[in-house]
Amino acid sequence: MSDTQTFLLDGEEIPFAPGQTVIQAALAAGHYIPHLCYHPEFKPHGSCKVCTVKVGNRTAASCTLPAQAGLEVESASDEMNDLRRTLVQMLFAEGNHFCPSCEKSGNCALQALGYDLGVMTAGFRHLFPDRPVDASHPDLLLDFNRCILCELCVRASCEVDGKCVFALSGRGIDKHLIVNAPSGRLEDTDVALTDKAVQVCPVGVILKKRVGFAQPIGARRYDASPISAQALADAPRAPAGDGRCAACEEAEEK
Amino acid sequence: MNAPTEPTRKLRVATTSLAGCFGCHMSFLDIDERLFDLLPLIEFDRTPLTDIKHCGPCDIGIVEGGICNAENVHVLREFRANCKVLIAIGACAVTGGLPAQRNHLDLADCLQEVYVTEVSLSKGGIPNDPELPLPLDKVHPIHEVVKVDYFIPGCPPSADAIWKFLTDLIAGRTPKLGHGLISYD
Amino acid sequence: MPEQTELREVLAAIVQRHAGAPTRLLQVLRDVQDVRGWIEPEAIALLGDLLGLPAARVEGVAGFYSFLRTDRPARYHILFSDNITDRMRGNTALLDYLCGKLLVERGHVSEDGLVRVDFTSCTGLCDQGPGLLVNGWAIPNTNIERLDCIAQLVLDQAPVTEWPADLFSIQDNIRRRDILLGHDLQPGDALRAAVARGSESAAEAAANARSWREANIAAPQGPLAVLDEIKRAGLRGRGGAGFTTGLKWEACRNASGPMRYVVCNADEGEPGTFKDRVLLSGYADLVFEGMTVCAYAIGAGQGFLYLRGEYRHLLAPLEETLARRRAAGLLGKDIAGLKGFDFDIQIHLGAGAYVCGEESALIESLEGKRGIPRNRPPYPVTHGYLQRPTTVNNVETFCAAALIAAKGGDWYRVIGTAKSAGTKVLSVSGDCARPGIYEYPFGTPVRQVLADCGAVNTQAVQISGPSGVCIAADEFDRRIAFEDLPTAGAFMVFDQSRDMFQVARNFAHFFAHESCGFCTPCRVGTTMLKATMDKIAAGHGTPYDLAEIEKLDRVLHQSAHCGLGHTACNPTLDTLRRFRPTYEKRLKSLDFEPAFDLDGALARARRMTGRDDAGAHLSTEATE
Repeated sequence: MSDTQTFLLDGEEIPFAPGQTVIQAALAAGHYIPHLCYHPEFKPHGSCKVCTVKVGNRTAASCTLPAQAGLEVESASDEMNDLRRTLVQMLFAEGNHFCPSCEKSGNCALQALGYDLGVMTAGFRHLFPDRPVDASHPDLLLDFNRCILCELCVRASCEVDGKCVFALSGRGIDKHLIVNAPSGRLEDTDVALTDKAVQVCPVGVILKKRVGFAQPIGARRYDASPISAQALADAPRAPAGDGRCAACEEAEEK
Repeated sequence: MNAPTEPTRKLRVATTSLAGCFGCHMSFLDIDERLFDLLPLIEFDRTPLTDIKHCGPCDIGIVEGGICNAENVHVLREFRANCKVLIAIGACAVTGGLPAQRNHLDLADCLQEVYVTEVSLSKGGIPNDPELPLPLDKVHPIHEVVKVDYFIPGCPPSADAIWKFLTDLIAGRTPKLGHGLISYD
Repeated sequence: MPEQTELREVLAAIVQRHAGAPTRLLQVLRDVQDVRGWIEPEAIALLGDLLGLPAARVEGVAGFYSFLRTDRPARYHILFSDNITDRMRGNTALLDYLCGKLLVERGHVSEDGLVRVDFTSCTGLCDQGPGLLVNGWAIPNTNIERLDCIAQLVLDQAPVTEWPADLFSIQDNIRRRDILLGHDLQPGDALRAAVARGSESAAEAAANARSWREANIAAPQGPLAVLDEIKRAGLRGRGGAGFTTGLKWEACRNASGPMRYVVCNADEGEPGTFKDRVLLSGYADLVFEGMTVCAYAIGAGQGFLYLRGEYRHLLAPLEETLARRRAAGLLGKDIAGLKGFDFDIQIHLGAGAYVCGEESALIESLEGKRGIPRNRPPYPVTHGYLQRPTTVNNVETFCAAALIAAKGGDWYRVIGTAKSAGTKVLSVSGDCARPGIYEYPFGTPVRQVLADCGAVNTQAVQISGPSGVCIAADEFDRRIAFEDLPTAGAFMVFDQSRDMFQVARNFAHFFAHESCGFCTPCRVGTTMLKATMDKIAAGHGTPYDLAEIEKLDRVLHQSAHCGLGHTACNPTLDTLRRFRPTYEKRLKSLDFEPAFDLDGALARARRMTGRDDAGAHLSTEATE
């Protein structure tokens, strides 16, 4: 007998703690829901929408949907996986994702998610945006072509590193990652190799120089097993940030 | 091995490489001795192997490479018009691939650089021979130009992936590549 | 570096004027652009320094709002409103005419840094369009004569403040008044009635009570009595969604926090809507009165009016009204003589972002951030401005609340229909003889509005703008009401001469331009929809493209972050359903067509090689 509250995920009971969202509870209970911008160490912000699930007649991003007793959540259905495939296709069509020449290949969450969902083509017309790389920093390369705008680096730099090296500018399809320097170049920021922001990029935007293609094909992270099998191991991590940035959200503190 | 049963009639297959490197064709040949299992089931129409110049009515068309010039468009259209099922094979056909990495460059700058500015190549300027296909301003994946029925990503797709895909297709199953076979690089 | 020092002084003065508050960042950036002609890179770094914010955050905000320029300075920014109603009145040719006169290319700052001419989303002058904005100042009724005059003023480099006043003269065009537009309240009437209502109802309760215990005569009774009237009136939000106002106010009142806020959403960005402009120009007292009544009911201490940037011309008159109300004791300390009833209103000016009409995005913008809709829950009533309880209502809702405070919920409830109490103010534009503002009781059929505004041969009406619904002639007996045709007020009329495909295409462009870009489906989906509609318009559409539109609609409805994305495909789907032949006649064939112009893609190579032989061209059709 216990008074733990539960909801149903694809017919299975999932216990949850107060304050948990559906994806947090699901992952903690060993149930994978595909996701991209959600990261167990950060407050969910729900922009990629890959983790969308069906609740009754409605759909919602499971990373920001508060767990509630009695919810009946549908995730592993053809309908939801079709939707996820389309969202991943949109991301591939939006940026310049040339996997064969990307050193993140094999360790990239977008690519691994594509494999797992069976994405065979971007389907849509490719936008082929013009996004120059920033190779100014002696130890880091920024290849914006692969940016999926998940904001993990933005969140990590603000919430964990306390530096706000990264931010977003522009709007709509012109939204893009910027760095905190008048020159707009990474070498003029206070970024450090040890920053959380440098480690958290799920795709091949923020790369350490001189270590590319270090692992042979077959030895890379997602060569061994699909992302769905690996995400669960990540799930019970403690949060790295509290979802707030002292510098950016000073207004709220007053 | 997953050898399909023999159909009543051999399926006619055409293949070509557009803006590609023939790597996907090499990978196709990498199915090695399994070719012997395949040959009773299919016969080749236009391919780089047969040297047939134009594609006739076919069951399956396999296109490697993206679309970077006018000739690619003509060949692709010929395939689409003649093949009941059209398959894009490899990163270039599926995404534009390596050649599409010129897409952020201005075509005029490219031609200028290659034929005029670059000293070792600059003799004679930009060629205007009508025999040469004109380049498009951008390189496109083939699904932006014709309807494509199936995609096999990879640079190149492994022989196993190609084998699995073709045997599924020939046997009448919806082709499905699982973990380890689907690959973008 | 004297220039740098001078810039720093200019910026410091502006920041000072806004009390150095990071929440005022958008206002600061607006002021900087007014002085400098743009937000230059040096200014971004200095502002970060002065406001204690990362410079990248300042840059991110500057890059979000379409009226803020970070590319090049221009002395005059001229923006033509590009709603479909402006298109119908020839804005495209007029823009080309002005560009020709000024020798500039659309969207580019002229070589001498004098002027930039471009389109912008609907500026809310649909009844007197085409509208345009010069450095944010609205000009209606654009025509050749007026453009000649404007071009000369630009070439003479006359400051906009010295341009002839009649250029900027905007009409209210009120055609039909009901209880709201025909109200007879004086400033303070509703407020005094609200405050008095507490004692009256308490007295009534006491008179009817069997014992003193049942007659609760405690002080909160006043606000609760007002809340009760609002609930009794059945008032629902006028911004379109129709949430019950009384419940919203009650939830906000019951939420705990160190401070509560009242926010008036005057970010009227829905194309075809302009009733808030008229309410703010002719009924500002009623709006502020409603906000103050709300503050009284929920116990708020601070109010904001979020005015869309396009209505900049209303800022000064609104500030005057606020000053007058402060002087009359209707704002400030001890309002209406009630000890401790302290409340004031600050006006916040937007800068060209439709998405800020979404209440949580509006709050983000009020806090000086990029206008990205928040994740909900929590909702603004508990976690709004600065994460504190906040009531956000539409301009018209506050007007109605003031009327209800003065005249009572029972009086209001009987007007309209059972599920939609009261009246609705409509912004009528498009193909009709008398465009303008019409107020009707809820339940009025579309047919009557069409008759009253002098619309003939009407083919379709777009109700509530692009995010609303498009109805055809066989539906004109449908009624303006939450239970049938809910609307934020836009009522755009299209006669038989109009091409409904082009209407939908205009709206597709609008949504792509206004998507905030936060979520994948909306950011990419609206772009794909726009590209597909353009492909069909160029004569290359196929049934595959129609199927793609339907797929995009499904994805956006299932997964977009906010209403903008959910509704972005609606105009296309509505017109596809009702006017399918206008799409079909454009389709090239039943076969697949390329996503781009094949022959056009060879043009650059043709120019470089000088070739024009047959092999240097590609037919659009596959002939192999």
